[in-house]
Amino acid sequence: MQMHFEYSVEGGNFSQAGLTSSQVKKTLKQLNVNGAVIKRTVVALYEAEVNIVAHAYGGTILVDIDEEKIVIELRDEGPGIEDIGKTMEIGYSTATPEVREMGFGAGMGLSNMNNNSDLLEITSEVGKGTCVKIINHFKDDNNGNK
Amino acid sequence: MKIKEIVSLTNGSLITGEENLEQLIERAFSSDLMSDVLTVRSDKLLLLTGLVNIQAIRTAEMSDICCVVFVRNKKVSEEMVNIARENRIAIIQTPYSMFKASGILYSAGIQPVY
Ligand SMILES: Nc1ncnc2c1ncn2[C@@H]1O[C@H](COP(=O)(O)OP(=O)(O)OP(=O)(O)O)[C@@H](O)[C@H]1O
Ligand SMILES: [Mg+2]
Repeated sequence: MQMHFEYSVEGGNFSQAGLTSSQVKKTLKQLNVNGAVIKRTVVALYEAEVNIVAHAYGGTILVDIDEEKIVIELRDEGPGIEDIGKTMEIGYSTATPEVREMGFGAGMGLSNMNNNSDLLEITSEVGKGTCVKIINHFKDDNNGNK
Repeated sequence: MKIKEIVSLTNGSLITGEENLEQLIERAFSSDLMSDVLTVRSDKLLLLTGLVNIQAIRTAEMSDICCVVFVRNKKVSEEMVNIARENRIAIIQTPYSMFKASGILYSAGIQPVY
């Protein structure tokens, strides 16, 4: 089995934020993936999707699923991240008041993404954009903890 | 505690989720901060919030939260109801404040997350 999906995400459009995560959740459910793994995966993906909406201008989400794992790549066009280490700190956020009004902007997303993925890789170029890669294995042998 | 008991204890109205009424809730989390809700790993979780927008429902969807209580009778949009229905999430609207609703449910035996 080898499945590939592509979705596009619009920056600033909060009413659409979460549509991709919702679709990926439905796909994983249909594939009968373990519920705890689904939750970890879609929480990490949703955080990353909301980050594109909140912090970038737009982007593409690529999803690849095989028997063993799901690989998600979120590529955005946006301001990029200068100091990735700093953004991983809980509480660091540059979110605008509009984003905060939506219930986000606490600077908790990236560390939560890290806690909910087997592998999290972030690369970024300032002034161009950011790429976030999430890999989760379907065999839930780590009880959701790294 | 069953969701139908939560409806009556909070003097609430069920906006959607007839089929959830018999479902059991063990813990609750009260927050307007979805970033924080997304870190919670508990099952059978109830969310109480004053943040009435689509992201509150999406957050519930991703976190496997099967019931959301919106406090202070804030208006729930049709789109929120549609997304909730699609994902079998019950929505309760209560006239009570977050403090009062949380206090009542806590006294009635619903566990906190932290
Ligand atoms: N895709 C991105 N493009 C540009 N900057 C980003 C991106 N993702 C994150 N950042 C930067 O990293 C910071 C921390 O991100 P993180 O997700 O941890 O917190 P947040 O989005 O600000 O708030 P929260 O996720 O708690 O709602 C952001 O405030 C932003 O400055
Ligand atoms: Mg974030």
